[in-house]
Amino acid sequence: MKQVSDGIGQAFSLIFSLDPGLLNIILLSLWVSGVAIIVASAIALPLGTVLARSRFPGRSSIIILLNALMGFPPVVVGLIVYLIFSRNGPLGVLDLLFTPTAMIIAQILLALPIVASVTRQTIAMLWETNRELLISVGANRLQQNATLLWEARFALSTAILVGFGRIIGEVGAVMIVGGNIDNLTRVLTTAIALETRKGNIGLAIGLGIILIIIAILINATVYFLTNLEEAKE
Amino acid sequence: MKSKILPLQLQDLQYRVGDLDLLGPINLTLEAKSKTLVIGPNGAGKSLMLKLCHGLLKPTSGRISWMGGDSLAADRHQSFVFQHPIMLRRTALENVAYPLKIRGLPSDERKARAIEVLELTGIAHLADRPALKLSGGEKQKLSLARSWVTRPEVLFLDEPTANLDPRSTYDMEKLIDQIHQTGTKIIMTTHDMAQVRRIADELCFIHQGKLIEHGPVETVLEMPKNPMTAAFVKGELLI
Ligand SMILES: Nc1ncnc2c1ncn2[C@@H]1O[C@H](COP(=O)(O)OP(=O)(O)OP(=O)(O)O)[C@@H](O)[C@H]1O
Ligand SMILES: [Mg+2]
Repeated sequence: MKQVSDGIGQAFSLIFSLDPGLLNIILLSLWVSGVAIIVASAIALPLGTVLARSRFPGRSSIIILLNALMGFPPVVVGLIVYLIFSRNGPLGVLDLLFTPTAMIIAQILLALPIVASVTRQTIAMLWETNRELLISVGANRLQQNATLLWEARFALSTAILVGFGRIIGEVGAVMIVGGNIDNLTRVLTTAIALETRKGNIGLAIGLGIILIIIAILINATVYFLTNLEEAKE
Repeated sequence: MKSKILPLQLQDLQYRVGDLDLLGPINLTLEAKSKTLVIGPNGAGKSLMLKLCHGLLKPTSGRISWMGGDSLAADRHQSFVFQHPIMLRRTALENVAYPLKIRGLPSDERKARAIEVLELTGIAHLADRPALKLSGGEKQKLSLARSWVTRPEVLFLDEPTANLDPRSTYDMEKLIDQIHQTGTKIIMTTHDMAQVRRIADELCFIHQGKLIEHGPVETVLEMPKNPMTAAFVKGELLI
């Protein structure tokens, strides 16, 4: 118990003194997961919309792949990215292994299926509800999809936040492809794993507190959005 | 107003789903100016007929022609008030402005016209409310406002007063009359025979997907050719 209370004390002094090591880790975490969720959303929103609105060969395969990817253990996704970027892998020449870019790519693969699936389901449902109105007012395909995405804004923001929560709190994949290199690829989760193993309980708890604060902020935003949505319904 | 798209001509219009013969064959010409009411029991095919005319459904066979042309060019001159109002997740004002946005009007003009129509419809006080939160009757009025804002040449109304109280029904009928007076052709369904007498110039009676009778309202009401029409307009149950 003593270890824990000491740890918490040390954690707060680290947080409030804005320890540069700690700050670096926080910023890298936010950067990697932030870029990943932006890229993932930029792909997933149009992809989900197209999957909801169009029938084309290969559509079912993409949906099955996305669903499978959603259920994949993150550490396996990490392994796949590792194999792709390892020296002998198909993209080995890019030399991306153990860089933040590799971590971003792994996290994109983790977040994309969530956002794409929610987009597909929500847009398909909203199309059913609004189809006659959209055709009646003479909206073209692009206008229809823009309207549907706007109608889906609450569900989609929630999915994006959930996706962000999933990747920023994930440890297996970034550990494998990033390697947890100090000042280069060490993020909150991998740092906690390492510091705990080294016995630096104070630092580990400090990092854990930050991660929890981020999770709480995400959930509060989701809660707020849900309420806002209910108020509009 | 000179008619751009009327008359509307239905030639052997038929609508089938699987081996269900839901509507037709219907042959009918609807001229500009008059108010055409479509009546018939539940499931007769009234909504189907309106949706086919508006282009929401594709006929299985037969033709729908607007002033001899195809329906695509006519799209911009029609609007539709649905039996079950479809509201976008935005304010009432934004809902009314929406069709103008689709038509590419600048936002200040959209807003000005939407406000004007909301005022004419008597629901200006609802402008900033989220449309999904409105009551059934308010949604129906909002639907009418949204269909009116584009100044259509043909306005389809599918049971626009079904959920309304007597006062709102009266308001709605007055509005429909007002829209009609600006030169808009009204094509509307109803179950309310008193409303038929108040509004209709011309009447279509549909039963089990067939157009049983069509003509000026007095003729159909007073001297129906078909005994089924006679029974229906008298309020007898059709078996
Ligand atoms: N896609 C469909 N598949 C099968 N049946 C359908 C389909 N669309 C409509 N129908 C059937 O066609 C018939 C006519 O429907 P429609 O909605 O036009 O009736 P209506 O005259 O408007 O009735 P109401 O007065 O109840 O509104 C109904 O029996 C309905 O169940
Ligand atoms: Mg109907």
